Amino acid sequence: MSDDHAEASLGAPGAAFEAFLKAGDFRLQCCRACARQIYYPRTLCHHCGSKELEWRAVSGRGVVYSTTIVRQKPERGGDYNVAIIELEGGARLLSRVEGIPPAEVRIDMPVTAFISTTNPIPLVLFRPAQKTASL
Amino acid sequence: MSDHFIRGAAAFVGVGLAGMGLAPGYTHLDLIGLAVHDALSDAGYRLAEVDGLYTANMSNILPTLAVGEYLGIRPKVAVGTNTGGNSLIDHALWAALALDAGLCNVALICYGSNQRTGKSAPPDQPPYESAFHSRDPITSYALAAARHMHQYGTTREQLAAVAVAARQWAQRNPAAFARDPLTIADVLASRMICDPLSVLDCCLVTDGAGALVMTRAEQARNRAQPPVYLLGCASAQSHRQISQMPDLTTTAAAQSGPRAFSMAGLAPRDVDVLQLYDAFTINVLLFLEDLGFCERGAAGSLVASGAIAPGGSLPVNTNGGGLSCVHPGMYGIFALIEAIEQLRGGAGDRQIEGAEVALAHGNGGMLSAQTTAILGTAATL
Repeated sequence: MSDDHAEASLGAPGAAFEAFLKAGDFRLQCCRACARQIYYPRTLCHHCGSKELEWRAVSGRGVVYSTTIVRQKPERGGDYNVAIIELEGGARLLSRVEGIPPAEVRIDMPVTAFISTTNPIPLVLFRPAQKTASL
Repeated sequence: MSDHFIRGAAAFVGVGLAGMGLAPGYTHLDLIGLAVHDALSDAGYRLAEVDGLYTANMSNILPTLAVGEYLGIRPKVAVGTNTGGNSLIDHALWAALALDAGLCNVALICYGSNQRTGKSAPPDQPPYESAFHSRDPITSYALAAARHMHQYGTTREQLAAVAVAARQWAQRNPAAFARDPLTIADVLASRMICDPLSVLDCCLVTDGAGALVMTRAEQARNRAQPPVYLLGCASAQSHRQISQMPDLTTTAAAQSGPRAFSMAGLAPRDVDVLQLYDAFTINVLLFLEDLGFCERGAAGSLVASGAIAPGGSLPVNTNGGGLSCVHPGMYGIFALIEAIEQLRGGAGDRQIEGAEVALAHGNGGMLSAQTTAILGTAATL
């Protein structure tokens, strides 16, 4: 990859994460020393302490680790989902599963990330993974 | 028997409570002042004798300065560590150390809030979670409860049994805020807030204040009240935001508990009465498992058996807990005070006969920080 050293010019980790998302690119820091995924963005690896981190594209595939329905009156927007997603690479994110009613979100359900730009800051949200056609 | 030098080195000799439930017009500092006054009267100390101050709250960024100034004291030792609701139990450990080391002679631990009738404090929004509109703290505890149900088959009825037991204890405590009859069906039918937690799975929102006085053991013997000794105390933490919690069904109490028991030279079977920080019903299940009072995943059936309710074999939250007695934001000090009341034998209709060892467990943040304290009467030394 040509952008191995791109992080040096990206400034603070949080700003870099956001800048990637704004460009439609879901990346997480990965530790060069222990190879583990890091979330949320940090200046050092919270697994091993190394400062040698790089921004790597992630697949966006994950599963629901836990889920809840935040109850809200219909006139204020109605009920919505909040979930913790465990990504393929091991990182866990608090987010929402959208595209299905909140009551249908289940623990262990496969999900796929998408970037929502309807907020002041872009957010990584999830929708149920498309079932792979199989016979 | 453990020979840890902190074991039995310091004791609680005074307690005070103020503004329990509703205290309109009072600031949190007003309430702290009232509780401190009563705690010092109870202990037979004058305010001017206080030379150690341990305090934290959700209104003051510099709590030892604000509270010290309000009380008009200039303590030699001032500790304002804030890890959330467990802080005021954690303070007991550092007070015991400072007392044993001769750094101070009279340590005051105090907390107060007017969160129900006063202006609400600004929330501490965790990064990378608040943007998703998680309604903390309830959302975080709901996620833990959902995971516990998924892994162990825990049911809403079992969670509700925690709230019902707390209410049954509260009915025996005239200072408790919520004393109306409560059934499992009432809890299940109450308004859902964050699935699977309904409003009756959540603690009260009340005013209230508490205060404690500690001295070295040799000073504690000839005071107005029978001394209650700190036999062991330990803290542990694992994360700040719920998504960073390594395992939603295991808290850092699994580390603080064994360390506190080791310091005390005791085991769960030696505990006569438990005070477990019940901000939500799921907390009690998690702490019973993490502290070794049952197998992992078995707390649901344990609480459903009635063991933690009045007349049960494992009395928990005998004051009614945060669910039914009082919860002014940081509940830890109230767990500690109830443990002391039980060991003094002064808990009235809710007294556990012959109680000699009590456990008070505090929780802070989003199941983030945990402190376990083991207390004993003079007979346990």
